[in-house]
Amino acid sequence: MATSALPTLPTADVGHGYTTTGLPHRKVAIWAFIGSECMLFASLISTYLIYKGRSVKGPFPHEPWTDPANGHVFKPILNIPVTSCSTFVLLMSSLAMVLALAAVENRDKPKVSLGDKILGSSRLWLLMTALLGITFLGFQAFEFTSFVHEGLSIRTNLFGSSFFTLTGFHGAHVTAGVIWLLTMLAIDFKRGLGPKDALNVDIMALYWHFVDVVWIAIFTLIYLIK
Amino acid sequence: MATIAAPSYAAPADYSVGEGWRSWLGTTDHKKIGYLYFFTALFFLMFGGAEAEMIRWQLRAPNQHFLTAETYNQLFTMHGTTMIFLVVMPLSAAFFNLLIPLQIGARDVAFPRLNAFSYWVYLLGAIFISAPIFFNAAPNAGWFGYAPLTTNAYSPGLNIDFWALGLQILGISSLAAGFNFITTIINMRAPGMNLMRMPMFTWMAFVVQFLIVLAFPVVTVAVVFLVFDRFFGTNFYTIAAGADPLLWQHLFWVFGHPEVYILVLPAFGLVSEVLPTFSRKPLFGYPVMVYSGILIGVLGFGVWAHHMFAVGLGPIADTVFGVTTMLIAIPTGVKIFNWIFTMWGGSIHFTTASMFAIGLVGMFTIGGISGIMHSSPPADLQQTDTYFVVAHFHYVLFGGSLMGLFAGIYYYFPKLTGHLLSERLGQWHFWLNVVGSNLAFFPMHFSGMLGMPRRVYTYDANQGWDTFNMLSTIGAIIVGVASLILVVNILISRKRGAIAGNDPWGAGTLEWSIPSPPPVYNFAHIPRVTSRYPMWDLTSPHLTSDVPHSKAGDQSIEVDVAGVEQGHVGGRTASAQPTAGGRGVPVDSGARIPTAAELGIPIPYTTTKPFFTALGLTVMLSGLPFAHMDKPVVQYVLLFCGASLLVGSLYWWLTSPLEPEVEHPQHTAH
Repeated sequence: MATSALPTLPTADVGHGYTTTGLPHRKVAIWAFIGSECMLFASLISTYLIYKGRSVKGPFPHEPWTDPANGHVFKPILNIPVTSCSTFVLLMSSLAMVLALAAVENRDKPKVSLGDKILGSSRLWLLMTALLGITFLGFQAFEFTSFVHEGLSIRTNLFGSSFFTLTGFHGAHVTAGVIWLLTMLAIDFKRGLGPKDALNVDIMALYWHFVDVVWIAIFTLIYLIK
Repeated sequence: MATIAAPSYAAPADYSVGEGWRSWLGTTDHKKIGYLYFFTALFFLMFGGAEAEMIRWQLRAPNQHFLTAETYNQLFTMHGTTMIFLVVMPLSAAFFNLLIPLQIGARDVAFPRLNAFSYWVYLLGAIFISAPIFFNAAPNAGWFGYAPLTTNAYSPGLNIDFWALGLQILGISSLAAGFNFITTIINMRAPGMNLMRMPMFTWMAFVVQFLIVLAFPVVTVAVVFLVFDRFFGTNFYTIAAGADPLLWQHLFWVFGHPEVYILVLPAFGLVSEVLPTFSRKPLFGYPVMVYSGILIGVLGFGVWAHHMFAVGLGPIADTVFGVTTMLIAIPTGVKIFNWIFTMWGGSIHFTTASMFAIGLVGMFTIGGISGIMHSSPPADLQQTDTYFVVAHFHYVLFGGSLMGLFAGIYYYFPKLTGHLLSERLGQWHFWLNVVGSNLAFFPMHFSGMLGMPRRVYTYDANQGWDTFNMLSTIGAIIVGVASLILVVNILISRKRGAIAGNDPWGAGTLEWSIPSPPPVYNFAHIPRVTSRYPMWDLTSPHLTSDVPHSKAGDQSIEVDVAGVEQGHVGGRTASAQPTAGGRGVPVDSGARIPTAAELGIPIPYTTTKPFFTALGLTVMLSGLPFAHMDKPVVQYVLLFCGASLLVGSLYWWLTSPLEPEVEHPQHTAH
C-alpha cells in the first residue's frame, strides 16, 4: 500500500481537559442557563405588568378597595417596609456568598489574625448565606400568609394570580439555592471545600447572585413603582 | 510515527448488537443517544403520519363520517404536536447529537449524562402526550392550545391536561439539550476550529440552541399559567376577571415563531453540508450564510404578531410586524441564492441526499413566497385560518424541514451505522415524496383561496373544494407510501446496506475523517483545524484554494484516517470520483480500531441515573391529571413518589463521577 497518497489530518496536542475558551464547561453552561432564566422571569414580570390595574375586583397592591357587596374596606396589600427588610436580607446574602467563595478559593493561604480566620471560614459564610436565604423565605412565608389573611389569594383576582406566581417562582428559586447551599455546607463539613471545589461554589454563587438580581427587579417594578 | 497497513474491510461495529438493553438505558455516548433520538423520531414520524392520513381520508370528499368531529379535533391537534415536538425537533436533535461533536473534533458533548437525560425526558414526555389518543382523551385544541379555549370552562376533561403537562416535559428536554450543545459548541471545538471555520450545520445548530434556550422559557411560563388556571383556579386566562384574551397568543407566539426557525434551521444546515459535497465546491458565501442564519434567529423574535393579524392589533402593530416579517425574507433569500450559487458551475452528483437537498431549495422557496404573502396584513386577513395557510406551512415544514432532514438521513446514515442506505429505494422515496407532497399541498392553496377553513372536520359539496381535496388526499397517500419506503430502507440497510467506509461521499468536514460508525472516542487524536474543509485540503486541495486557511498546525505526524473504499452509490462509486477522500488506512496494523483503553482515553461510565431522574420528573407531573379525576390519593402518591425519585436520582447523579480519572497523558507521538 502506497503511503504517499494517504490523507493526513494534522493533529493537536491537547490534553483531556482541554476547552476552546479555557473556561470550564460548567461555567459556560451556567451562563447559558442564566440567560434562559432571564427570559423566564421576563415573561413572568411582563405578565404582572400587563395585568397591573386590570383586576376587576380588589384587593389591590397600592390602593385601598371597598368591596361593593358588603362595604368591607381592604387595605393596600403590599407592605413595603417589611419587604424592604427582606430585600436587604437577600442583598446581604450575596455579600456572604462572595465571602464564602473567597474563603473556598483561599483555603490554603495562611491565616494569622482572628479577622483572617473569620473571613477565611467557608463554613461560616456558606451557613450565613443559607441562613439569610432562609430568612428571606421566612419573610416571604409571612408575607404570603398575611396577604391571604387580608383577603388576597392566588385565586382572588388577576393581581393575586400574577403576584403569587411571580414571587412564588422567585421563592422556589431561592429554595433551590438554599438546598444547594446546604448541600455544599454538608460537603464542607464532611471533607472541607478547597480551591479544587472553587468552580462548584463559583457556579452556585452565580446562580445565587442571579436570583438576587431578579429580586431587585421584582422589588423595584412590583413594590416600589406604584 | 504511525504504522501504515492494508485497508480494512471489516464490517462496522454495530451499536445494537451484543450489548443488551442495559447499555442503551445507561448510555452516555452522544452517538448512541443520537441513534435513540433517530429511531424514536422515526417511530413518531409514522405515528404523526398515520394521523395525517386519517385526517386526509376524512376530507377526501364532502360530508364524510369516517371520523367524528371530536376525534378529528384530537387528530389534527396531535398531528401538529407530534410532527413539531416529537418528529422534527427530535430528528434535528438526533443530528445535533451525532454531528456536533464529530464536526467540531470533540469526543462527546460537554455533559454526556445531561444529554442522556434530555433523551429520556423526550421519550417519556412523548409517551405522556401521545398515549391518551388511545383512550379518546388526546389533546384537542390545536397544537398552539389557545387559551381561554384551553381553560377548564371551555375544555373540561383531561385532554388539555395531557397537552399542557406533556409540553412542559418536552420543554425541559429541549432546554437541557440547549445548554448542553451551547457549551459543547463554545467550548469543545478542536484547536484551530474558530467560529468561522465551523461547518454550517454546527453553525445553524448553534443558532437553534440559542433560540431554544431563549424561546422555551416563554412558552413554559404560558403553560404554567394554563396549568395553574386549570388546577389551582388562578385567573390568567379568565376573561371575566379582566384577563387579556391575547395574553396566551402573545406568549405562545413569542415562542412559536422562533420555534419555526428551530424547526427549519437544522435542515438548512444539513443542506449546506450536502450541497457542497455533491457539487464538489465549497459552500458559496460562507460568512454571509453564517450572518444570515444569525439574522434569521434574531429577527425571529420580532415577528410573532404576524400570527395574530386577524385579532385586530391595530394598524401600527400590524405594519411593524408586517415589515419585520418581510425583512426575514432577505436572509432567507440569501440562503436560497447561496445554495444555488454553490451548485452553479459545480460538478453535481445526483444522489438521493443531494436530490432531497435540491428538493428543499425548490419546495422551501414556494413556502417562503406564500409566507411573504402572509406578511402583508390585508392579504393575510384573506388567507388566515384557511387551507392556504396549511399549504404554506406544509411547504416550509415538509418541503423545508423534513426534506432537509431526509437529505441529512441519506447523507449521514452511513456515518451513524456504517452502512449506506439503498439508493434504489431512496430514489423511490424521493420521487414519490416530491410528487406526493406537491399533490397533497399545492391544491390546498386553491381550496384555501376558495375559502375552505382549517380545523373543520367536514364540508359541504358544491363549494369548489371537492376536486382539490381529493387531489390532496391522493397526494397524502403517496407521501405515506414514500415514508414507508424510507422506513423499510432504514430497517434493511442498517444491517445489510453497502459498507460505507469513512467517507463514502468524498466530503470535506472532520466527521468524514473517522471510521463509520465512529469509535466510542470519535477521534483517536484531536485534530488541528486549519480551514473550513480539512478533508478536502488533503484529498482535493484545488477545491478549497479560494477558502481562507491558516498554516498553523501543519506539522502533522499522525495518520488519523482509518477506513475503506467500498462506498458506492447507485452504480457510481463514490471513491471513483477523482478527488474523493476516504481511501485512508487504519492507524493500527490490521483492521482493528484501537479501543479507548489502549489509547488512554477516559470514557464516561454507563449510568441509569439520568433515566431515573427523567422518570421521576414524568411520574411527578403525571400525578396532576388525577386531580381532575377525583383521585387525590393516586395524585399525591404519584407526586410524592415522582418527586422523591427525581430528587434522589439527581443527588445520586451529581455526587457520582462522570468518568474514570486519567492517570497518564494520552499523547505519545511527538
